[in-house]
Amino acid sequence: MAKVKGEIVINSERCKGCELCVPVCQQQTIAMSDKLNSKGYHYAMSINDECNGCINCALVCPDGVISVYRVKLKDAAVA
Amino acid sequence: MEEELTRESICQQENLVYSRTPLMTPKALSYCPGCGHGTAHRLIMEVIEEMNLQSQTIGVAPVGCSVLAYDFLDIDMQQAAHGRAPAVATGIKRLLPDKFVFTYQGDGDLAAIGTGETIHACNRGENICIFFVNNGIYGMTGGQMAPTTLPNMKTATSPYGRDVVSMGYPLKITEMIAMLPGTCFVTRQSVHTPANVRKTKKAIQKAVQCQLDKKGLSFVEIVSNCNSGWKMTPLESNKWMEENMFPVFPLGDIKVPKP
Repeated sequence: MAKVKGEIVINSERCKGCELCVPVCQQQTIAMSDKLNSKGYHYAMSINDECNGCINCALVCPDGVISVYRVKLKDAAVA
Repeated sequence: MEEELTRESICQQENLVYSRTPLMTPKALSYCPGCGHGTAHRLIMEVIEEMNLQSQTIGVAPVGCSVLAYDFLDIDMQQAAHGRAPAVATGIKRLLPDKFVFTYQGDGDLAAIGTGETIHACNRGENICIFFVNNGIYGMTGGQMAPTTLPNMKTATSPYGRDVVSMGYPLKITEMIAMLPGTCFVTRQSVHTPANVRKTKKAIQKAVQCQLDKKGLSFVEIVSNCNSGWKMTPLESNKWMEENMFPVFPLGDIKVPKP
């Protein structure tokens, strides 16, 4: 089990659906939504809870729509 | 596990490790999806935020896709005539030497109409930073051939590909200005992968530090994609850039500051 746990928050209204964040995610956490935002883009969304908070997606996002949170798991939780 | 980690319990302010810097205004960027300009803007603003320079920074905006940079960067900005950003920045820096002055230019601005201003500002060794985004095409006007367009690359004005016999070779202006004694730090980076984004941020930090140390002109070229102009998806354009742009415009430091 991972020693850290992350979570991403995507501002889906600002996402332009460029998909640059999808291949850089090692955990395959990000996928494109079937739905459209008000600008007509298929926005990125988090599809599982494997995120480890590596911030790769936020670094490559040209529009800076991804915020990344990360917590360290306590030893008891890891065991 | 004693306490269940929920999405709400992780997404707390104290656990935040990365978010858009507040030095970017809340306005939505006008760039196409996947364009490297947004990342380049954000990296410059992150460095300015980390070095606490917001109140003493003056940026000079170019003409091109990034002509509206002053709408997105929450710092003092000045608009320059097409290609004249280094000349305007020279004036600002000479009158206000305590300010941090940078220009942000594309290849049509810096390497075509503004070649003279660029080379002479570099040759004079003005104590400014130039951030140069090179995507090998005139993106804003619809994908015409630029001096940095690759040989055999199809654009709106070279529909059969750039023929080097009649249209010349791609202009490697970064290598040209690296030969000038006035420049102190000249580098070429890109922003298409997380590793390259981190390297580019380090290069920008170094460029800013060179100006604060009054060492001379620092020049950071960022090789970027223009997926609209190249008629590709953002992911395809990044792959095409790696395969075709990087052999002509190799990444790395070309001139490093003397200690």
